[in-house]
Amino acid sequence: MMKIAEFVAQVKSGQKTARAFAEEALAKAREVEEYHALLSLTEERALKRADEIDAQVKNGEDTGKLAGVPFVVKDNYLAFGAPSTAASKILENFDAPIQATVVERLEAEGAICIGKSNLDAFAHGGSTENSAFGVTHNAIDKTKVAGGSSGGSAVITALDVVPFALGSDTGGSIRQPASFNGVFGIKPTYGMSSRYGVVAMASSTDVMGCFAKTADDIALVESVIAGQDPKDMTTLPDYFTPTTEVKPGLKIGLVKETMTDDVDPEVREAILAYADTLRAAGHTVEKVSMPSIKYALAIYYIVVPAELSSNLARYDGIRYGRRAEGVKALAELYGRSRDEGFVTENKRRIMIGSYVLSSGFFDAYYLQAQKARTVLINEFNELFAQYDYLLTPTAPTPAFGIGENADDPVKMYLADVMTVPASLAGLPAISAPAGVSAAGLPIGAQIIGPAQFDAGVIALAGQVEAHRG
Amino acid sequence: MSTITTDDVRHLAQLSNLQLSDDEVENLRGDLENILGYIAQLGELDTTGIEPTYQVTGLENVWRDDEVQEAKVTRERLLELAPEQADHSVKVPKVL
Repeated sequence: MMKIAEFVAQVKSGQKTARAFAEEALAKAREVEEYHALLSLTEERALKRADEIDAQVKNGEDTGKLAGVPFVVKDNYLAFGAPSTAASKILENFDAPIQATVVERLEAEGAICIGKSNLDAFAHGGSTENSAFGVTHNAIDKTKVAGGSSGGSAVITALDVVPFALGSDTGGSIRQPASFNGVFGIKPTYGMSSRYGVVAMASSTDVMGCFAKTADDIALVESVIAGQDPKDMTTLPDYFTPTTEVKPGLKIGLVKETMTDDVDPEVREAILAYADTLRAAGHTVEKVSMPSIKYALAIYYIVVPAELSSNLARYDGIRYGRRAEGVKALAELYGRSRDEGFVTENKRRIMIGSYVLSSGFFDAYYLQAQKARTVLINEFNELFAQYDYLLTPTAPTPAFGIGENADDPVKMYLADVMTVPASLAGLPAISAPAGVSAAGLPIGAQIIGPAQFDAGVIALAGQVEAHRG
Repeated sequence: MSTITTDDVRHLAQLSNLQLSDDEVENLRGDLENILGYIAQLGELDTTGIEPTYQVTGLENVWRDDEVQEAKVTRERLLELAPEQADHSVKVPKVL
């Protein structure tokens, strides 16, 4: 796959039209339909926009940093040109009246959305098996899961259909599928990019990010989507400036609790090799300990269901989305529209959320979890006082088989154990390709940085990428 | 603390506005018990004297000027999204 800068150079110089790139991407997308990475193509709109950009190039007008670059958007982002479904029957035919800020920003720089990608319904899941519209297959081994919840975007990038794709990450939903498919995936600092126009899951951890084949491209896309948005009051004042510069002699901590015997031996091997590459690049890598990390998953599966149960209350069949038929009374309208529209995992999480927030349980669960969250954050802060970055595997295993964990929710949740800590603390974290298993399945390494050190995290991953050759 | 009865599940379903079938109630009962069993370990952690973290940016009360701004979406467009509409309004079943 060509780097983004090459696409842009060719379009701006007139060497190749934006239309030609869009047509190619659409054709490639059709060729790989069997992976079921995409839910829809936004062909008509993509070609129309491509023609507009080509006309601008002809007229010598400015065309933006991403002129003519085709990309894919996870279907929990609202966008024009195809329904925005969040892979749920509740929004099956939802024709979005607005576009997400992140999509608007990319389009303002000339990028062209060619389709919407599959995800676990409402982003509830770690495998893209919870989609109401079918499973997405791993890009390397079709019998394995794509990872999730941004499985479609990870696979479409890995299959070289587009140079980048958008995802969302609440507890690992960009990083884990990036790891499973051998691409880069970034979860920025919480508040770096606007959540306006993206279906909300957990308001205190949701972030918008992307997948790409190289760290440079991650940085370029992030530079376009990052930044304060008056429509999302949780966005931070602008701070992101990408760089390829890496300070020499960084101190990196390898979190030993993420390298125990419970973790697949091939994963551990790949991370140790990644650590060696960091050393070869002139940095030190030492084992560090984060004792409270063992509680992170429990914290996550209290806080996030609580928040999502609130965020999903709006899907009531009244103003938009699926409304159950033949219903006479209001309570039944809510109850049936939601029961028919949500998948089982949505219901599990909503009900756990109701439970931990309910009177009599709030203190023992939700309040305790948010206090434990503080303990976790304090441990991160203590470590970052001595270390520049932290290193862990992205996931405890490579991609598992389709159907393997489907009946055991807790087993499925355990796939998130490495990624949820950075989500709870709002820290930037990237998953970088770190090797493959003997069976050829990709393994990802996760670099976590202090808040707002997104540029450093990406640059470090880029440095290792260059060293690995 | 983590045994869940079918009554508990029906109560939670009511709180969550979900109308579950009997099969669903039983399956979810098992799942919820499983999940709650896992998260119960958090009770081990001593959090005396620790303040909760509800949000990580530290931002509070982000203001803008009290000026009317042009709406990006019209009423008509929003009504198009409603499952049923009448008289420029969203139509719903009887409430009372």
